[in-house]
Amino acid sequence: MRNVNVEIIKFLVLTLLVLVLPVVVHEGYLLNVLVFVGIHSILALALNLLLGYAGQISLGHAGFFGLGAYISGVLTATYSFNPWLAMLIAAAVVTFIAFAVGFPILKLKGHYLAMATLGLGIIIYIVFNEAVDLTGGPSGLSGIPNLRIGAFTFDTDIRNYYLIWTFALVAIGLSLNLVHSRIGRALRAIHDSEVAARVIGVNARLLKVQIFALSAALSAVAGSLYAHTMTFVAPASFGFNFSVELVTMVIIGGLASIYGSLLGAALLTVLPELLRAFQDYDIIVYGLLLILMTMFLPGGLAKGFPQAASYWRTKFRRGPSSDA
Amino acid sequence: MKRFLSAVCITVAAVSCASLSIASPATIKIGALLSVTGPPSFLGEPERNSAKMVVDEINAKGGIKGKKLELVVYDTTGDATKAVQAANRLIKEDKVVAIIGPSTTGESMAVLPVAEKEQIPLISCAAGSKITDPVKRWVFKTAQNDGLAVAKIYEHLNRKKISKVAIITVSDGFGSSGREQLKANAAKFGIQIVEDSTYSPKDTDMTAQLTKIRASQAQAIICWGTNPGPAVIAKNVKQLGIKLPLFMSHGVSSKKFIELAGDAAEGIILPSGRVIVSDVLPSSDKQKKSLLAFVKDYKNHYKAEGDHFGGHAWDAVMLLKSAIERGGETPSQIRDQLEKTSNFAGIGGIFNYSTSDHSGLNKDAFVLVEIKNRDWALVK
Amino acid sequence: MDLSDQIAQYIVSGLSTGAIYALIGIGFAIIYNSTEIINFAQGELVMLGGMFALFFINFLHLPLPVAVLLAVASTTAVGVLFERLTIRPLKSATPLSLIIITIGGSILIRGIAMLVWGKDTHAIPSFSGTDPILIGTATILPQHLWIFALTVLAIAMNKLFFNYTITGKAMRACAVNKRAAGLVGIDVRKMVLFSFAISASLGSLAGIIVAPLTMTSYDVGIMLGLKGFCAAIIGGLSAGVGTVLGGLLLGVLESLGAGLISSGYKDAIAFIILLLILFIRPQGLFGKAETERV
Repeated sequence: MRNVNVEIIKFLVLTLLVLVLPVVVHEGYLLNVLVFVGIHSILALALNLLLGYAGQISLGHAGFFGLGAYISGVLTATYSFNPWLAMLIAAAVVTFIAFAVGFPILKLKGHYLAMATLGLGIIIYIVFNEAVDLTGGPSGLSGIPNLRIGAFTFDTDIRNYYLIWTFALVAIGLSLNLVHSRIGRALRAIHDSEVAARVIGVNARLLKVQIFALSAALSAVAGSLYAHTMTFVAPASFGFNFSVELVTMVIIGGLASIYGSLLGAALLTVLPELLRAFQDYDIIVYGLLLILMTMFLPGGLAKGFPQAASYWRTKFRRGPSSDA
Repeated sequence: MKRFLSAVCITVAAVSCASLSIASPATIKIGALLSVTGPPSFLGEPERNSAKMVVDEINAKGGIKGKKLELVVYDTTGDATKAVQAANRLIKEDKVVAIIGPSTTGESMAVLPVAEKEQIPLISCAAGSKITDPVKRWVFKTAQNDGLAVAKIYEHLNRKKISKVAIITVSDGFGSSGREQLKANAAKFGIQIVEDSTYSPKDTDMTAQLTKIRASQAQAIICWGTNPGPAVIAKNVKQLGIKLPLFMSHGVSSKKFIELAGDAAEGIILPSGRVIVSDVLPSSDKQKKSLLAFVKDYKNHYKAEGDHFGGHAWDAVMLLKSAIERGGETPSQIRDQLEKTSNFAGIGGIFNYSTSDHSGLNKDAFVLVEIKNRDWALVK
Repeated sequence: MDLSDQIAQYIVSGLSTGAIYALIGIGFAIIYNSTEIINFAQGELVMLGGMFALFFINFLHLPLPVAVLLAVASTTAVGVLFERLTIRPLKSATPLSLIIITIGGSILIRGIAMLVWGKDTHAIPSFSGTDPILIGTATILPQHLWIFALTVLAIAMNKLFFNYTITGKAMRACAVNKRAAGLVGIDVRKMVLFSFAISASLGSLAGIIVAPLTMTSYDVGIMLGLKGFCAAIIGGLSAGVGTVLGGLLLGVLESLGAGLISSGYKDAIAFIILLLILFIRPQGLFGKAETERV
């Protein structure tokens, strides 16, 4: 029970931080960055549920993000749907697709699963690029309206910030609930050993597909939010490169760590800013970062720093207790 | 709890690190959103090089009205999301008075709502006609509308009494915009498109598409793309023994294309900005002086051919310079002065902006050239 | 030009492209067979072959055979370096970490190539001229013949190596069960190194041979690598005839799809085939079904 209270406190602290940050940051460029951090956080969280907790690799998650964005975009820009309705439809369609594809795909494991999701992501990207009449093709789809509640339009950074982070906090709350429940434990069992989990009565196949679908649906919602914030979508944002970025966010932040997903999302959204100093060399730094992180800090930063901290603490402590 | 706290600390630290910026008093800051790396780097890199070159030259001569010009370049890698983020950074953080770029139509469409909302003049270097059509108050462009290039080819086809064409375009922003224009202008010139094929930017073999074209009733082939695709297509055409006239777009108006296609380039006709034939232009040509200067400077600076694409950025910076010199200081004043630009002899053509025309060029911005003996020859 | 002539050309062109995919796919298969690693950086090794050859031919003006040899050697060195620095030290080798490392490696290699050689595309002269060769009503180029020849040579050498030499058999043993191989005295780490070296050589040769046709730039590796991988999966990740057939099949289906269905969705065809194979017959068309021990 103590555990639950700690979780609730952590969540409240986060909520407070989210509420208060814009006051500290003012209406500057940083606020715009935080809007994107919010969207990426939802995406990283969605992927972490699949990758970190259930242990299933996906190299094509940008595809679900894109599907949400394009479905919302096309429905609202071309067919004048109500944006909220469009968001619902997008999430529903993507959930359906995820279920349909999930059953055959999640029979695969390891590298095969990775390649299958990679292929899926690329096929989705090609459709965005080629279906010019529907999606606007490589030059993208513009004129997507902002989200509105009555007369209140979400058309400035501060409004979008609160809108998106509300969704993010809800998603985090749901995920925390999920992870600490029976389902969460079943997921971790599947991750450790699917066969053992099956033996004790976990319907592994169904559960994997359900998590896949949930992950896809969350990504689609993030996509809809993205489309209405940018008022523009283009295929280049939803390709293999972004799928890799999402996986990197999850790994850097920490697999199976919800707050780690936020950390990873924040860092990777901010990273291009930090790397601007390197100009053309930034791609090399990025590649190196991936390699070094995977080799030396596989738990991600969320777990890595406490690990390092305790390492140094035992180093400095004199006496009988440091003989680990 | 520890994980949570460390996560919070790192996030706050990282996010605040991102917002470092120093303002310098007596400079004029302009921003550039260019795709220096990524798939459209063939656009962004020459654009960045040209922009830097001309900004250095302006500063070497004392700046504009005594103030130095400062160029802040952000690499968008061709991604609309990064372009929008960088645009926000330029406007809110670096406090630029004007922005040049982006390099591609897609990114330009993504960024122009930002420019309109924040009221900062934007001079795009992308070819898509829809960037300035319909006209947006704060958005201008320097690259010639691809519709003008299409018109040039279609006029030539009319003269040669060719009415049935096959088009093969690359599935990126440049190619798809060209395809749109090819289809939109066909009826006006009495042209019928009998075959409409596409290829991917990194495709290595287009014989399948060309075989289909060969079997159709096409009397000519128009290919719209940028290196290396069109070079592969030229070679494939030769391999398949197709004897139809082959037209290309201004996307390959560089010596590099001739180098890549080799013998297969002979006889290909394409519309081009005047920059690649600057040495054979008549001396009465109003652009000849700026063109020769640009080509020479670029070669000195970067040891490479100054091309058509780099010219877009050169034009953008020079147009801004002219607007600032004529009395523009605030973004609003710069915008007003830009709109009044007339008869500006740039690299892309002669610019005339107005309240109803923010693209500034007409079809005289292009000349038709033919590849003869591995070099360019003007088509009369 | 009637339909059957068209189809003949589609098939011939498809076989030529397919042979390229096959060569690259064999590289994937060799590494996978000894290490169970899918090397995402394989495509970049192909790119490096072409780029090194370009460098040696155009800048150092070395004759073609020397340039080819040096290019293969340089790329092999890069492949070995990559294995040494990143794969070998990795203790906990979950499939995810390996995938991320090789993706990171491919990004790194591509980035370095971009900085060293620039973003331009470059051409290498064809090995024996550019006059088309007629096969019935379809045409191919002499360079395509070189590709076919190399593919056949690769299969033959692979067969010889993996079936009749001790090292080859040792590498196959590692693929079956690393621990057991180690227990009978095989130096597993050395076998892993060899597999990377062989893959790199083969990949770079593929890159050099196709460069006159496709022209080479720092980012040709991405798509080629992915398609090569598709070829390998179709073939069941075998280092021999299976993958070659997989590659040829892929090339032909792509070509027919582009000509008969839609040129825009051509790339999607390759990945749809990949998905279908993975869904219906994951061991590939020519592989044996895998059983997993619990």
